Amino acid sequence: MVQTDAYVMLSMVLFILGAMGVLLRRNAILVFMSVELMLNAANLALVAFARQWGSSDGHLFVFFVITVAAAEVAVGLALIVAIFRTKRSINIDELNQLEG
Amino acid sequence: MESYAQLVPLMILIPAIGAFINFFWGAKLGEAWSSRIAITASALTFVVALLLFSYLNYSHGQAAIVDPPFFDSWIRIGDSVEIPWQMRVDTLSVTMMLFVSLVGTLIHIYARGYMHGDPRFSRFFAYINMFLAFMFILVAGNNFLMMFVGWEGVGLCSFLLIGFWFDKPHGVGWQNSNAAKKAMIVNRIGDFGMLMGIFLIFWTFGTLDYFRPGEIANVHFLEETIHELEEAEHAAEETAAGGAEAEHGLTSWPPPFTNNDHIPTERLGVFGQAERMLAEGAQVSFGSISLPIETVIVLITLFLLLGATGKSAQIPLFVWLPDAMAGPTPVSALIHAATMVTAGVYMMVRSNVLYANADLTSFIVTIIGVSTAIVAGFIAIGQWDIKRVLAYSTISQLGFMVAAVGVGAFGAAIFHMVTHAFFKALLFLGSGSVIHGVEHGHHHAAHHGNGGDHHDEGHDEEFDPQDMRNMGGLRRNMPITYWTYLIGTLALAGIIPFAGFWSKDEILADSWLAGVFGNTVLQQFSGYIALGVLLAAAGFTAFYMWRQMEMVFYGEPRTEAARHASESVPSMTIPLIVLAIFSIFIGFVNTPKAFLGLSNIFGEGELIHFLEWSLVHVHPYAPQGGVFNPVIAIPALAIGLGGIFLARSIYGNGKALTANRRDPLAVNPSTGVIWSLANARLYWDEFYFRVFENPFNRAGAFLADQLDWSFWHDYVHDSILVRGFNALGTFLSQPVDLGLIDGAVNGIGRLTRWASGRLRRVQTGYVRMYAITVLIGVVFVIVIILLPMIQAG
Repeated sequence: MVQTDAYVMLSMVLFILGAMGVLLRRNAILVFMSVELMLNAANLALVAFARQWGSSDGHLFVFFVITVAAAEVAVGLALIVAIFRTKRSINIDELNQLEG
Repeated sequence: MESYAQLVPLMILIPAIGAFINFFWGAKLGEAWSSRIAITASALTFVVALLLFSYLNYSHGQAAIVDPPFFDSWIRIGDSVEIPWQMRVDTLSVTMMLFVSLVGTLIHIYARGYMHGDPRFSRFFAYINMFLAFMFILVAGNNFLMMFVGWEGVGLCSFLLIGFWFDKPHGVGWQNSNAAKKAMIVNRIGDFGMLMGIFLIFWTFGTLDYFRPGEIANVHFLEETIHELEEAEHAAEETAAGGAEAEHGLTSWPPPFTNNDHIPTERLGVFGQAERMLAEGAQVSFGSISLPIETVIVLITLFLLLGATGKSAQIPLFVWLPDAMAGPTPVSALIHAATMVTAGVYMMVRSNVLYANADLTSFIVTIIGVSTAIVAGFIAIGQWDIKRVLAYSTISQLGFMVAAVGVGAFGAAIFHMVTHAFFKALLFLGSGSVIHGVEHGHHHAAHHGNGGDHHDEGHDEEFDPQDMRNMGGLRRNMPITYWTYLIGTLALAGIIPFAGFWSKDEILADSWLAGVFGNTVLQQFSGYIALGVLLAAAGFTAFYMWRQMEMVFYGEPRTEAARHASESVPSMTIPLIVLAIFSIFIGFVNTPKAFLGLSNIFGEGELIHFLEWSLVHVHPYAPQGGVFNPVIAIPALAIGLGGIFLARSIYGNGKALTANRRDPLAVNPSTGVIWSLANARLYWDEFYFRVFENPFNRAGAFLADQLDWSFWHDYVHDSILVRGFNALGTFLSQPVDLGLIDGAVNGIGRLTRWASGRLRRVQTGYVRMYAITVLIGVVFVIVIILLPMIQAG
C-alpha cells in the first residue's frame, strides 16, 4: 500500500503550485485554474486521510468541495465574461480601478 | 338732631364729588355749569357745617367721634398700631369748618367772575373743590395722621393752583411754575418737622388719636359748666313757680362720666396721656437712652413747630408765600390768606396741651411769631405789588397768631384766625377786583385811546396791572371795591368797632396777662416781648395798609389804565360786600367782658367759651382772661390810628409817588436806606440762595459731574470694567478658543486625514497584491495556531 505521506506530499506540492499560480499568473482564467488546483490538492489530502482512517467523512467532505468549486467556477467565469465585455482584456493587472 | 354729627363725612365727600365732576366733564359742561356745581358743593359744605354747629349746641359742646361708613379702619397692625379713618366733630373743628366753608363759598362765587374766559376754567374749580375736601380732612380728622393727609393734600392743591397759569408766554409761565415749585419744596422742609413730630408722638404715646371715644377733652370746663347749669336750675326753681324743665335736648346730659379717671392710660388719646404722664413724671425710653416726658414734649413741639413754620409761613420758611401771589387772586385769597396757611396755627392750637407744658418751645414760638410779624410788616412797607403787600401782611398776621400760641392764648389765636380770614379774604378779593379793573382800563386805553396802536403784546408785557405805581384815584371809578377795601383795611389795622380790633386786642391783652402772671421768668419775658413787638407790628400794619389805600384809591390816576378802570361784575362785588359786612360784625362773636354793655347784646366771649369745650388752655391764667383791658386797648388803638395818620401825612394829598415814580420814603435821606431794604425784602431770598441753594446745587453738580460721571462712569466703568472685560474676552477668544480648542479639534481632523491618506495606499486595486496579503495572513494565522505544537515538539 502506498504511504499516506506520499499523498500528503503530493497534495502539498499541488497546493503550492496552485498558490504560485494564483499569485503569479496574469490571465484570469489561469488564476481560476490555479484555484481549482488548490481545491483539488485539498481534496486529495482529504481522501488520503479518509483512506488511512477508514472513515467516510473525508469522502463526504470532498463531495461538498467539488460542488462548491463547480458553483464557484460558474460564477467566476460569468464575472470574467462580464469583465471582458467591458474591458476587452482579462489581464488581472489591468483590473485596478477599485483603488484608494 | 343727635345724628347730625354723622354728616361730617359729607364735608369731604361733596367737594370731592364736585372736583371729580369738574375734572372729567368740566370742559363739556362749560363755564356756567361747572361753576354752578362747584359753588353748590361749597355751599352745601357750609350747610353741613351749620348742621354740625347745631349738633354741638344740642349736645352742649360735647364732641362726637364719627367713623365714616365704608372705611373700616385705616392702619391696623395687630394690637399695637391702630390709626383709624376717624373724624372729630368738636367745637374747634366746627369753628374751622364754618369759616372755611363760608369764606370758601364766597370765594367760589367770586372766582366765577374772576376766571371768566380762562381756557381751563373748570379745572380751576375742580382744584379749589379738591382743596376744600383736603382742608376738611385736615380739620375734621381725629388723629395726627389724618391731619397730615389733609396737610399734604392742601399743599398739593396749593402747588397746582399757584402754578395754574404755567403756560403764560414771555417767561411768566416759568415764573409761575417756579413759584409753585418753591412753595412745594419749602413746605416739604416743614413737613419733615411735622413727620418727625408725628413719629415722636407715636413712639411716646402709642397712638395718634387726639381723643378716644368717650374721652372728655376739657374736664375742668365740663365740671364747671355742669355746676353753673345746676346752680342756674336751682335759681330758676327758686324764682319761678313752675319747675323749669331741663332744656337739654340730649338725653345723656350730664354725661355719664364727667372726667377721664375711669379710662386707663393706654386707652386715652395723645393729650390725655400727655397730661397723665406729666403728672406722674414718666420717662420715655428710646432704646439705650431714656428721657423725661417734659423733654420729649419739648422735642415733639419743636418738630411740630417746624411744620407750622412751613405751612403757616413763619420765619424761616415764609419765603414761598410772597412768590405764591403768582397764582390767581381767588387762590391767594382762599389758600394763602384764609385757610391753608392757618393749618399750622390750627395744628398748634389742637396740641395746646403739649405746647402749654413745653415752656422752652413756647418761648421759641413766641420769638418766631413776633419776629415774623415785625419783619413781614417792615418788608410790606417797601413793596410795589398790591398783592405782595397783602402777602406780607398775611405773614405778619400769622405771626400774631403764632405769637398768641406762644404766650398760651390759644383761644385768641383762633379768634384772630377767624376774623383775619374774613378781612384778609376781603382785601385779596378787593385787590383782584382792582387788578381786573386796571387791566380792563389798560385794554380800553390801548385800544381806544391812542387811535389803536396795536402792538398789544409788547405793550402788555411791560404794563404790570398789579403795580401800585400804575394805579391811583380808583375810588371814583370802582366805588364798591373802594368802600369794601376801606372796611377791610380798617379791620386789619385794628380800628374799633371792626373785627380786627377785637381779635388783635385779645392777643395783646393775653400777652399782658402772660407777662404779669406768668409762672416762670421765661413765660413773663415772652409775654412782655410779645406785647411790645406786636404793638409795633400793629403800627406797621396800619401804616402800610394806609399807604396802599393812598396809592391805589386816593389821589389822581397816574396812568391811562387807572383813569379808564371800571368796576367789576356783580359776581365779584357781591362777595366783597358780604365779606365786608362780616368784617364789621364778626368781631362780636367774642366780645370781651365789661365792655360798655355790648356784652349784653352779643354775649361775653362766646367764641372762646365755645372753644373751651375742646381746648384745655384758652387763656393764659384764666380768671383774668377775656376781660376788656383798656390799658392795652387804647394804646393799641392809638398806635393803629397813628400809623394811619402818619401814612396819610407821607402819602396823602397826591404825594403817593414823587415826580420820578419813587416812594417818598425812598427819596427822604433819613429813611432812604431803610426803605430800600424793605423794598428788597431784606435780601432774604438772596441770602437763602447764597447760603443754602447755591452750595447745595454746586455740591449736587459736583457729585453728578465729577464723582458720578467722570470718576465712576468714565474712569471706573470704561477704563477698568469695560477694558478689562474686553481684554479678558479677547484673551479667552484668541489664544484659548482659537488656539487650543480649535487647534485640538482641527488637529484631530488633520490627524485623521493624514492617517487615512497613509492607509488608503493599502488599497492598490491590484488583485495580486490582495492575494499575497491573504496568503501571508493565512500563513500567519496557521503558525499562531500551531505554535504550541511546534514549541512542544
